[in-house]
Amino acid sequence: MARVNFDHVTKRFDNVVAVNDFSLEIPDREFLALVGPSGCGKSTTLRLLAGLEEISEGDIYIGDRLVNNVAAKDRDIAMVFQSYALYPHMSVYDNMAFGLSLRKLPKEDIGHRVHEAAQILGIEDLLKRKPRQLSGGQRQRVALGRAIVRDPAAFLLDEPLSNLDAKLRVQTRAELSKLHQRLGATFIYVTHDQVEAMTMATRIAVMNEGLLQQVGAPQELYDWPDNVFVAGFIGSPSMNFFEAKVAGSQEGMHLDTGIFRVPVPASRVNDLLSYLGKEIIFGIRPENICDPECQPASADAAPVTAQVDVTELMGSEVFLHLVAGGKLFMARVDPRTRARPGQEIRVEFDMGHMHAFDPQTEEAIRSKEKGQPSRGQAG
Amino acid sequence: MLGRRWWTPWLWLAPALALLGVFLVYPVVDTLRRSFLDERSKNFVGLDNYRFIIDNPQPLVSDTHSALLNNVMWLTLFTAITVSLGLIIAVLAGRVRYEAVAKSAIFIPMAISFVAASVIWRFMYEFNSDIGTANAAVTSLGGDATAWLQNTNAPQTWLTDAGPDTLPRPIQINNLALVMVGVWMWTGFAMIVLSAGLKGISTEVLEAARVDGANEWQIFWRVIIPIMSPTIVVVATTLVIQGLKKFDLVWVMTGGRFKTDVVATLFYKEAFRIGDFGVGAALAVVLLLWVLPIMVISIRRFQFQEETR
Repeated sequence: MARVNFDHVTKRFDNVVAVNDFSLEIPDREFLALVGPSGCGKSTTLRLLAGLEEISEGDIYIGDRLVNNVAAKDRDIAMVFQSYALYPHMSVYDNMAFGLSLRKLPKEDIGHRVHEAAQILGIEDLLKRKPRQLSGGQRQRVALGRAIVRDPAAFLLDEPLSNLDAKLRVQTRAELSKLHQRLGATFIYVTHDQVEAMTMATRIAVMNEGLLQQVGAPQELYDWPDNVFVAGFIGSPSMNFFEAKVAGSQEGMHLDTGIFRVPVPASRVNDLLSYLGKEIIFGIRPENICDPECQPASADAAPVTAQVDVTELMGSEVFLHLVAGGKLFMARVDPRTRARPGQEIRVEFDMGHMHAFDPQTEEAIRSKEKGQPSRGQAG
Repeated sequence: MLGRRWWTPWLWLAPALALLGVFLVYPVVDTLRRSFLDERSKNFVGLDNYRFIIDNPQPLVSDTHSALLNNVMWLTLFTAITVSLGLIIAVLAGRVRYEAVAKSAIFIPMAISFVAASVIWRFMYEFNSDIGTANAAVTSLGGDATAWLQNTNAPQTWLTDAGPDTLPRPIQINNLALVMVGVWMWTGFAMIVLSAGLKGISTEVLEAARVDGANEWQIFWRVIIPIMSPTIVVVATTLVIQGLKKFDLVWVMTGGRFKTDVVATLFYKEAFRIGDFGVGAALAVVLLLWVLPIMVISIRRFQFQEETR
């Protein structure tokens, strides 16, 4: 087990910068999720750590060892690939034993370790089978088993759940969390699915276009996104954004989007004082927009009238696609709502959960000590 | 209903069966028949023709032992060298930028007629080093020119000038020279098929092996070769059959002289030059029996692959 340290790492492919000045310290035993849209450089970052790609600039440390020029085979890390990458000609047992036999471990030792890992993963009865005789979920377990037996310094997982069906994915998610607790190892998990990242990770690192956007605990990223990208990426359905003008005065400050006007709660007035009379990006999550007929109004509720475009019933909730002044946005409301497509309804914005971003830098506007009420306090 | 009559399928099969019968079954049966008759196919002689092959009574005119041994050499040496070279080139070519050019260059010999290639190589092996490229290369390196297609000594006698000739018989300089021409012609085929197999291996599997702690050598022997073994078997079977029925190359380059005869050239010689149809037919039957098990293996393998698909 070991900590992993990226120190100003850059990776260029010809003229394309895949990873740009990436610095991140991952402490021992952490479950770090690396998320971002396709092509954001997250997989490349993982491959740099695995030694499958060469670093263009910067240093990577595993433990205290600089591994820039250490071959993949000598880095003492294990990797689970998206396609599982099992050796098709070997039995499950041999697949798991391969890495150990390369290290010339005694036979009994290998057998012991393989059986122990197989037991953890519940694949003891599959050890004699070939990969092609296994289902997707079973293959995925074997790929994990191959990593576990090695007892590596760090586990690297590259979208390991993306080839599983939806139900199995949810189940495996929980099992991976359990496995992480049980092994007490450093996990670095790459995914494009923010739900996987939110549910499993101790910390999440969000990447976009090769740049690290924000690192933090899942709840922190959800509550305090540093910029528009993170705000839009974390959370599903994603945050609604409006261009708005900060109007009024310190006593009666409000946001004017040209479509509706909503008051700024007292706790946020100080943050926005310097933007008085200027444009900002106003963000609010769909779950902070409610139907007042079904839910008691919160302290900072601000009414907005909108046309219902589409309703998506999820069972436990309804997603409303709303239109106001030609602008589309979403609300996530109680399933008892009577809103129907084509109707005009009045929804309430819970302004205690508002987000504000600078339109030029797209950075969050807030005071240093994060004075915004968290989700738990309101609602 | 036409489709229900028992003979309907046979009706559709009839043209194909007729062609097979005339051009395959009849010649085989007739060859078998003639192998038990005398040189003019008149009197029954029992197993005399086969005894001739085994006893080898006229080694100077038609050396049956040498032909059989030469075929053994062809099917082992030719197959082994071609498969190994094809594999090495497939692996190496996959790692360079000008892969397509390199592969085309190596594949071109396949496109030349075997007779034309043999003629080209007869010039290459010409004794006069002003004409023969092989001797020109050898002499420019300070070696002695040799008669590549006539020299029946084992290779080390040439390398050491006049050492003891101890290697077993078919391994002689001229036979090896012939095998090299076969290798030159067939390496392209082996390379193309093997490189397709190589491309079929997922890069993630190779990366997984690398992360698992394997070096390039171990990845090659413990991952790439086992995954490619079905392809290697297909290529090897094809080459073994080629090695067994080798005729054109030997016939054009040496005409089977200087102990380079193989079974195919010898039965042609017996039947159409010497005029002994009995021995010729018997040799053809021997060759058929030899190829048969390999055909069976490859057909079985093909069926197995069809089933598991």
